[in-house]
Amino acid sequence: MKPVLLLANAIAKRFGGVKALNGVSLTIHEGEIYGLIGPNGAGKTTFFNVLTGLYHPDGGELLFEGHKLKASTPHVATQRGIARTFQNIRLFGNMTAIENVMVGRHARTRAGVFGGVLRTARTRAEEAAIHDRAEELLHYVGVAHRANDMAKHLSYGDQRRLEIARALATEPKLLALDEPAAGMNGTETESLRRLIESIRADGTTVLLIEHDVKLVMGLCDRVAVLDYGEKICEDVPAAVQKDPKVIEAYLGGSLA
Amino acid sequence: MDIFIQQIINGLVLGSIYALVALGYTMVYGIMGLINFAHGEVVMIGAMVALFVIKALPGLPAIVLVPLALVCAAIVCMTIGFAIERIAYRPLRRAPKLAPLITAIGVSIILQNLAMLIWGRNYHAFPPILPSGEHDVFGATITSLQIVIIVVAGLMMGGLTLLIRRTRLGRAMRATSENPPIAQLMGVNINQIISATFVIGSALAAVAGLMVSANYSIAHYYMGFMLGLKAFTAAVLGGIGNLAGAMLGGLLLGVIESLGAGYIGDLTGGFLGSHYQDIFAFFVLIGVLIFRPSGLIGERVAERA
Amino acid sequence: MAALTFDSLRHDRRTAIAAAVGIGIVLAVFPFIVGTTLGNSWLRILDFALLYIMLALGLNIVVGFAGLLDMGYIAFYAVGAYLYALLASPHFGLHLPVWAIIPLGAVLAGIAGALLGAPTLRLRGDYLAIVTLGFGEIVRIFMNNLNAPINITNGPQGISSIDPIHLGGITLAKPLTVAGITVPSLHAYYYLFLALALLIIFVSLRLEDSRIGRAWVAIREDEIAAKACGINTRNIKLLAFTMGASFGGVAGGLFAGFQGFVSPESFNLMESVMVLCMVVLGGMGHIPGVILGGVMLTILPEFFRHSAGPMQLAVFGKIILDPEALRMLLFGLALVAVMLYRPAGLWPSTIRRREFRNGSTADVLKEGE
Repeated sequence: MKPVLLLANAIAKRFGGVKALNGVSLTIHEGEIYGLIGPNGAGKTTFFNVLTGLYHPDGGELLFEGHKLKASTPHVATQRGIARTFQNIRLFGNMTAIENVMVGRHARTRAGVFGGVLRTARTRAEEAAIHDRAEELLHYVGVAHRANDMAKHLSYGDQRRLEIARALATEPKLLALDEPAAGMNGTETESLRRLIESIRADGTTVLLIEHDVKLVMGLCDRVAVLDYGEKICEDVPAAVQKDPKVIEAYLGGSLA
Repeated sequence: MDIFIQQIINGLVLGSIYALVALGYTMVYGIMGLINFAHGEVVMIGAMVALFVIKALPGLPAIVLVPLALVCAAIVCMTIGFAIERIAYRPLRRAPKLAPLITAIGVSIILQNLAMLIWGRNYHAFPPILPSGEHDVFGATITSLQIVIIVVAGLMMGGLTLLIRRTRLGRAMRATSENPPIAQLMGVNINQIISATFVIGSALAAVAGLMVSANYSIAHYYMGFMLGLKAFTAAVLGGIGNLAGAMLGGLLLGVIESLGAGYIGDLTGGFLGSHYQDIFAFFVLIGVLIFRPSGLIGERVAERA
Repeated sequence: MAALTFDSLRHDRRTAIAAAVGIGIVLAVFPFIVGTTLGNSWLRILDFALLYIMLALGLNIVVGFAGLLDMGYIAFYAVGAYLYALLASPHFGLHLPVWAIIPLGAVLAGIAGALLGAPTLRLRGDYLAIVTLGFGEIVRIFMNNLNAPINITNGPQGISSIDPIHLGGITLAKPLTVAGITVPSLHAYYYLFLALALLIIFVSLRLEDSRIGRAWVAIREDEIAAKACGINTRNIKLLAFTMGASFGGVAGGLFAGFQGFVSPESFNLMESVMVLCMVVLGGMGHIPGVILGGVMLTILPEFFRHSAGPMQLAVFGKIILDPEALRMLLFGLALVAVMLYRPAGLWPSTIRRREFRNGSTADVLKEGE
């Protein structure tokens, strides 16, 4: 088995009296596509926010590449190699598509005020590299034709892809996608599936929150199911689908 | 000891005026999520109109004159409040947040300079509207005017609370504050509610304007700015969007300021004098926003993920 | 990338050079034209316009790029001005040279910017506005009152008899003779201010199109997404406050040397609002627009001041309406009108203009919840 990339150990997060996460532990291996599913309000996005440093966990710890991840600030998590997209797309609307991706290079580049003002040879080389990499990534996700359009004017599907390109620009080891297929039609979902597979093939581990069960089951190597802030199952898709607790969580609530 | 009590009394008087103005800020914020920057100027207009009426009718007894001045001031202020919302805020409800803030600054400048054109740039002495009477409280004095200010402010706040809690309008306001689109679906005319909010807030501002001028015996075109800022601070201190918070915040800020001004000389070994009174409000504001942005009894969270 | 650079002229080098030379000549002879046709009072106004351009570009970094609504910006102008006044006047008996004071003013104002910015980092737009406004007032209150027990600022009277700007034995207060051409004092100040304004424009343009500039705009657009891109938003915001403030510090020092007198009255809230309006009315975040805003809002009110009084005298035989109040009134009206009808400013960047025409992102009523 591949080495462990992320180990979440008994993560807890409360909001007032609500236990959004109640001791969630999971293990993600390098090169995996790992699915995180569960009914609405099960705590998936909360887990994402803890993982990426937007929320402080109330308990438990995260080990990333074997080292404790004190992801109290999002930019540190990004520097360590965790990138994410958002459930409700958060692009820089009034920047062009390519600029959005260029911003993603921030953590991996150095130029400061003096470099920017003086445009030293080093800064110029860095800027050129940022621009080239951004263009490459736009091609990679398939929105190169909209490179100079404002992000807010892109179609919904293109915005989702652009957000993935921006996340990839940070050179993540773990790419966390929060419902990337939400609102997509069949064709779009299919090309998204291919994109995620090629991201994995290029060596990036993927953590996927998704409602589209078909997509998750077809794509993921392993899946964890959250329900009311607790992990009720973690296994390969075929086993998860047969797990009585999962069936109960998905069907029981609405049928009872 | 009696200085301490004297400062508390002065602070409560000042604070009840702050509270009335703070209510205007907090109601608008609660319903629209907008800081009505021009509210302080509405207070100033209220004071100037009341002064104008009182000076224009010198013969009338105070019992007729003061309510008359108050009604005139309230009518003018309510009209202005209504107009401000219609002209400067309503068209910008969907605009980026900066836009209404800038129109609000524009409206402040307009009101201030209108006042300057009409009433000049001089300070106006505000005539005594009540026979001066002084009363002894625990070794400190309180004037009849101060008692009236506290009582009237209390009545206004009580009335507003009843209005919000018990009436149809109040219910609609609370619903709008909770969730505008849903309130609209339930048949609430949001535009009407927002207008009503501005009008009510402006009426309170008019009363506060008369009170503050009477209390300091002075009125001028520039008085609204600092007062507005302090009242806003009071609203934030209590928890903006929260009516009880505005009242509490107002009283508290008044007392803090009064005590601070009274003791700052002693506290800093004479380095800073009482003319630093105005900075207390700012320090309170900054402190609250940094350490407890939801205010003393507010529950709104600063930012969502 | 083409859409990014403000100046499409850059594509054609020869046109660009020709344009630059042309603009350069116009800028060089401009004070002589203004001086001979309109007189010295307008030349002074021209000098002030250059100072305001520097201020507006400084605030543009904070408000226009990083989206942080700073309403106490004039405090940094004050820091620069008072520093110059204290280090080059009889007040303390110090007479330091300008090349030492101005950079020091930039650094000190920058530090002040970071210090005042630090507590506001977590605040949302409208709160930030009010807190910075409060900071501006606190600075002014201190300037007004720090004449006792130790006389630092000389209180409301301000500091006078400030040394005029002098460079290596040449003072700008007297006419200069360079290569047979006599350059009057106001002209000399014009050239100095122009040089520094051009420097600030250059720095602004370079920063706009850089890694730091993109980070600023990213924060303005969506702070959480910016964090997720690995931007240390705290540092980058502080950098915006520092850079913006340092421009203000430079302009302030020049102001003190030019005016020969500083007092707290020059740094009141209306001045902050004025600079903010230059940024907003011109076209937030768009450098040419901001320059236009700076020029317009310096010149138009003066034009009005010069004409409103005499016009009333001519028509009514006496002055009915206080020209100063009238001027501010129109100013307020303009502010409201521009926000209602041209919310992106008079000269927005092409990108932003497109955005505003297509409606905006904010959802119904409140997004703050």
